[in-house]
Amino acid sequence: MDQQSAYAALAREDRVHTSLYTDPAIFNAEMDRIFANTWVWVAHESELPTPNSYKMSHVGLQPVIVTRDKESQLHVLLNRCRHRAASVCEQKRGRAQMFVCRYHGWSYDMTGRLRAVPYAAGYGTELNKEDYPLVSLRVETYAGLVFATLRDDIQPLAEYLGPARAWIDLFMKQGAGFGIKVAGEHRFRFPGNWKIQLENTTDAYHFPIVHRSFLTSLDEETEGQFDVLGQGGWIEDLGNGHSVMVMIPDLVDLEANLDAPIPERFQDLAAELAKTHAPQEVRRIVRAVGGTGFNINLFPNVACSMAFFRVLRPIAVNETEIAHMALGMAGGPDAANQARLRLHEHFQGPMGFGSPDDAEGWERVQRGAAAGDDLWILLNRGLAQGSNTGDVSAELGMRAAYRMWRRMMAQ
Amino acid sequence: MTAISLPSAMEFIWLEADLLDSHDYAAWLALWTATGHYIIPTERDAEDYAAVLNVVYDDQEMREARVKRLQSGLSMSASPAARTVRTVSRFRAMDGAAGVFAVRCAQHIVEYKYDRTRVLAADVLFWLVPAASGISLQRKVVTLINGDDALHGIGYLL
Repeated sequence: MDQQSAYAALAREDRVHTSLYTDPAIFNAEMDRIFANTWVWVAHESELPTPNSYKMSHVGLQPVIVTRDKESQLHVLLNRCRHRAASVCEQKRGRAQMFVCRYHGWSYDMTGRLRAVPYAAGYGTELNKEDYPLVSLRVETYAGLVFATLRDDIQPLAEYLGPARAWIDLFMKQGAGFGIKVAGEHRFRFPGNWKIQLENTTDAYHFPIVHRSFLTSLDEETEGQFDVLGQGGWIEDLGNGHSVMVMIPDLVDLEANLDAPIPERFQDLAAELAKTHAPQEVRRIVRAVGGTGFNINLFPNVACSMAFFRVLRPIAVNETEIAHMALGMAGGPDAANQARLRLHEHFQGPMGFGSPDDAEGWERVQRGAAAGDDLWILLNRGLAQGSNTGDVSAELGMRAAYRMWRRMMAQ
Repeated sequence: MTAISLPSAMEFIWLEADLLDSHDYAAWLALWTATGHYIIPTERDAEDYAAVLNVVYDDQEMREARVKRLQSGLSMSASPAARTVRTVSRFRAMDGAAGVFAVRCAQHIVEYKYDRTRVLAADVLFWLVPAASGISLQRKVVTLINGDDALHGIGYLL
């Protein structure tokens, strides 16, 4: 069996082999065949709010800088001086007109162009600056989401996202007409494989089990809302490894049902907003403030998850970094944005009421995966219900992701 | 009520550290004023913690909910919790708000779980106020040395 067929045989429709979590050779192949071969999320446009702003990010294992140049154009540049490979940026985010390599002083502008080389006479005619810009990746955006790829010949981003675009549009409605901005991020690592996290965003089955201690911290009305298995939710395969998991159908379209009663937990916020906003405006903001009722899983590294972006970064076969990026209404009322921050802190992050339990579960998957010589990870929940939609606890979203994994690894 | 001195503040802070290491959360909750805030920032230089994302931004209601969760037996990251041993030192009186005795100190927590030992270092700022019982906690800000970087799931209190 050739290598491609061997990979394909490890990801069946109803199960994947444990070596997908544990084999360093498979991890290295994933970096080549998947992360270096498709659209990878690197930023949200609001993280680059002005000309000459930048943030550090990654495409697979490769460190990149996302920049907005003085003409407001976005660029994604490998964070590596063309001279002797030193990183040219070590500030996570900021503003600059130049990246100056601190090793020998080569300087690059925000488009990546090499502008100056100290003591250039030493090169004689050997060095043409135009030949040594920072390596620039292809960049495309959809609804403020910035993606980059190392490939110049793959399909455009919009085509890659396909039917996921309509769900992304719905997700962005939580900007309540103001637009979406990143309002801070929690980052944490867990000693486990990146796909364990990828699966989790489309795993409603774990929610009432793992997150019981979160659920018991809520008022009765809100606890009812988070009964994610009991509201007629569903999962759809959106193609190319993407999927959507609808847990709270009432919160699919945040511009609908504006006349519904305001939930108890948002009454104080509504009263505060009513001092400065018209009643219909208050309803629009309050309806959006808790986020949506669904998770969009975008293969391979980002999710638009209820009220935040979940970004995963593979580090090693058994090490993954997660960012949970809080979202706010850009230019929206402070009271609403602070409410969103407090809601995010309640569940997410290293000491949220939810994330540490998820992280513990993922770590235990990796620890358990050390057992057995030839065992499989089951993905067959809801398989009998057909391939396109299932009940919300079905593992259909995971099957969609692994179908893409198989396609890319078998190329 | 007597004024707070640096030695009495140190004694209070050591007690608080011991209550947290021994998971005596009911006694820990009783140290606080009703309006106090327990804060663990993600941004080291924030001017107004309420306006930015934090790891923890707890008023009394959230502190009580947090303790309930840690003791519920329903949270797998907290049952069992990692074992912790913390040392608090390098105390220095600081300028604080009116009526507040402010102390900054260093805290090292050593955490153990699943064959692994980790260290969490932080600057901690306490705002203490006199109370009938001696001293009450008005504000605690735990600025982790790496609070703006990737952390890990933490199933206890800092």
